[in-house]
Amino acid sequence: MMRRLFNFPGGVRLREHKRESTSSPVARAQLPEKIILPLHQHIGVPAKPVVNPGEQVLKGQIVAEAGNNISAPIHASTSGKVLAIEDHAIPHPSGLPARSIIIDVDGKDEATDSYGTARDSSALTAEQLREAVKDSGIVGLGGAGFPSYLKLTNEQNKVATLILNGVECEPYITCDQMLMRNHALEIVRGLQIMQRALGIQQAIVAIENNKPKELELMQHAIYEAEADNVELVQVPTVYPAGGEKQLIQTLTGKEVPSQGLPMDIGIVCHNVGTAYAITRAIEHNEPLISRYITIAGSVAKAQVLEVPIGTPVSHLIEQCGGNRKTLSRVIMGGPMMGFALHDDEVPVVKTTNCILVNSVISDVPLPSRSNFAMPCIRCGACTQACPVGLLPQQLYWYARAKEFDKIQDYDLFDCIECGCCDYVCPSQIPLVQYYRYAKSTIWQQEKEKTFSDISRQRHEFHNYRLEREKKERELRHKQKRQVVEGTSTQDDKKAAIQAAMDRVRKKRDHSEVKPKNVDNLTDQQRKLIEEVEARRKKKLEEIKHDTDNNEVESRKP
Amino acid sequence: MARVLMALIPAIIAYSWFFGWGLLVNIAIAVVTALGCEFLMLKLRQRPAHPFLTDGSVLVTAVLLAFCIPPLAPWWITVLGICFAVIIAKHLYGGLGYNPFNPAMVGYVVLLISFPREMTTWLPPFIMSDLDFTLLDTLKAVFLGVFPPGYALDALSAATPLDLIKTQLSIDVTIAETKAANAIFGDFGGIGWEWIGNWIFLGGVWLIYKKVISWHIPVAVLGSLFTIALIFYLKDADHYSSPMFHVFSGAAMLGAFFIATDPVSAATTPTGRIIYGIGIGILTYVIRVWGGYPDAIGFAVLLMNLAAPTIDYYTQPRVYGHKRS
Repeated sequence: MMRRLFNFPGGVRLREHKRESTSSPVARAQLPEKIILPLHQHIGVPAKPVVNPGEQVLKGQIVAEAGNNISAPIHASTSGKVLAIEDHAIPHPSGLPARSIIIDVDGKDEATDSYGTARDSSALTAEQLREAVKDSGIVGLGGAGFPSYLKLTNEQNKVATLILNGVECEPYITCDQMLMRNHALEIVRGLQIMQRALGIQQAIVAIENNKPKELELMQHAIYEAEADNVELVQVPTVYPAGGEKQLIQTLTGKEVPSQGLPMDIGIVCHNVGTAYAITRAIEHNEPLISRYITIAGSVAKAQVLEVPIGTPVSHLIEQCGGNRKTLSRVIMGGPMMGFALHDDEVPVVKTTNCILVNSVISDVPLPSRSNFAMPCIRCGACTQACPVGLLPQQLYWYARAKEFDKIQDYDLFDCIECGCCDYVCPSQIPLVQYYRYAKSTIWQQEKEKTFSDISRQRHEFHNYRLEREKKERELRHKQKRQVVEGTSTQDDKKAAIQAAMDRVRKKRDHSEVKPKNVDNLTDQQRKLIEEVEARRKKKLEEIKHDTDNNEVESRKP
Repeated sequence: MARVLMALIPAIIAYSWFFGWGLLVNIAIAVVTALGCEFLMLKLRQRPAHPFLTDGSVLVTAVLLAFCIPPLAPWWITVLGICFAVIIAKHLYGGLGYNPFNPAMVGYVVLLISFPREMTTWLPPFIMSDLDFTLLDTLKAVFLGVFPPGYALDALSAATPLDLIKTQLSIDVTIAETKAANAIFGDFGGIGWEWIGNWIFLGGVWLIYKKVISWHIPVAVLGSLFTIALIFYLKDADHYSSPMFHVFSGAAMLGAFFIATDPVSAATTPTGRIIYGIGIGILTYVIRVWGGYPDAIGFAVLLMNLAAPTIDYYTQPRVYGHKRS
């Protein structure tokens, strides 16, 4: 039976540029000299290191544990010695460094004893499967990096449909395609494990119709794995058909609610790479320590490599015949949604799918092609291209004008940053950059607002406290004054003053502290102490004399 | 922008065929003035001449405004209109992409209000070869106001079909009588005018086919103009012209395909564009029939330009994941 497919609005057709990297087989990346493992490679809180500098680690050994429930552990991707746990450049648009575990690779690639041992998964319960996925550090490998075990939890049986995303719609990126070509059966087995963990029957595997070879291989694998309730669906090749929301719309006609999750409409979406990683973790005891990555663009040999996570990007570029000296811009991800790296020494992380190399010799055609943007003429080409139904020209207008209230009226936060508007803009305006800027500014403002709210509350309480103390003090004074004024004769006043002065004197006398640690002293030390004591006494006497004089002075009317 | 100009070429040829060299002379004056004004303003605003000058947007403004000026109008009319359009309506509001009003129509309305006599002295349709009014005669008329013997402007000029019907109706002459008494009426509109309309229509359809403009605004403008004209025509054909007459007369075609579709000053949402177009169609009819001017595309476009931001705000498309309302 053919599944009825739905169209999503907008989208663009792009040149695929996929043949370059799929014409040669997948190779293993050579081991680098250093492995850099950022502690924050996933959505959630960073992992916590469990090794110390100088410690020897083995391939597959856990080096950082999950920070809390929304986090993922990190494992050493090869053997070596922990050099340091320090800030290092990581692949992030900001270019800011972040804490990473740096391992000096010894080249032996020794693994832990349990690594790669076969395990019979059929006996495991759903809970045990989830735990194994969690302990293996598996996160969404399609790009989001959300800890996968959370998306294998089916509370109240809300989830009815599992979608496995093999669409990979962005130009140049081919890692999922090559994975399906080489490991179709393991992907399907991973899908079956996901089905068991979720306790659901229905599953759909979606592949773009520009990958007939992989479709056939997957069909065969489904047959071989006897996955009768898995449906294989070809979807039209339109960018961004592989976006989670767009894929759900294409396959089911349903829309994920704004600010919601696919789970809200009973759907869970996983990437084929994640399914493969789950099979390796459950059946072979291999935590997530390597992945397929496409190296394309201005390199001698574009290809897909199986890369240990933490390998520096420069190392991969060199292996594919790129010249580090002529690099102009290295992009992590595809030309539409990727971001330029500030430094080619950054490592690849769990979510890296593609390294797109630009050099001064030849440039990869990118959506924001020109350095010079013309003014927006409100032609509306972006509106027609937007797969979410936004009005990109209005968002641009308000982002430029910094009208951040208005821009939210136009649903800025529903933008998926796919870059279709950039691509079709006749004025070549880098629209998505404006939206990212607006989003981060709004987040920053909200943070500051929360902070200032707290500060204001504290300030208001501080004022209230001062006021209260002032009132209490005034009350005390009033009572005292009543006591003093109640006895109004001259003698009583004098007596009161005398009493106060006695109190002061008493206090002063009592301040002569008893010396400590004076047992077992040598004669010399004792002598020294006596001299000091004598000097102190003399000084005290002087002070006493002065204050007595002052008292005499103060008694004068 | 180049394609917009290309789409106008058939209409320019047809216009010249029926009304002589005047339009070509006006276009030449308008283009030179517009390029000069644009260059000056870009210099003053410290913007690079390339690509702002070379993108052709100012040429479209110039050609469209030239289309709206009578063929033998004095040269300074065109120069003044272009200066106002480019300097004030476009650059003082921030230049390309920021002008709230269609610059060509601002220029046109300023001229129409300030110089009503010069702006309404239209020519009767004649075929160029029929009349011995050469390019040199045209240039002399436009630049010097000198006409060859026997061709005084007052004798040459004639009211447009829209104007004629309006004035005749005001003295209780029915449309059928007016049409019978005057030889300027063709099948739908005026002789000549309706052919220019045809070519503009074809140029516009080509622009839609080439995706330079979207279909929303032209369809809405012509559709609403046709519909409202049809309603009144069916009610009283003696006093209300036929819908085809309205669609093929005056600047309706040009307005629908080339003027109202200026993206900068129009509404930009798909629904908004339809509302915007309907507004222009209805306002055009209302002013033509009950207002003080025989044609009204310029006023209608400017009035709807005013409303465009509000229309956009209230016609946002439903965004993915939001409830259908």
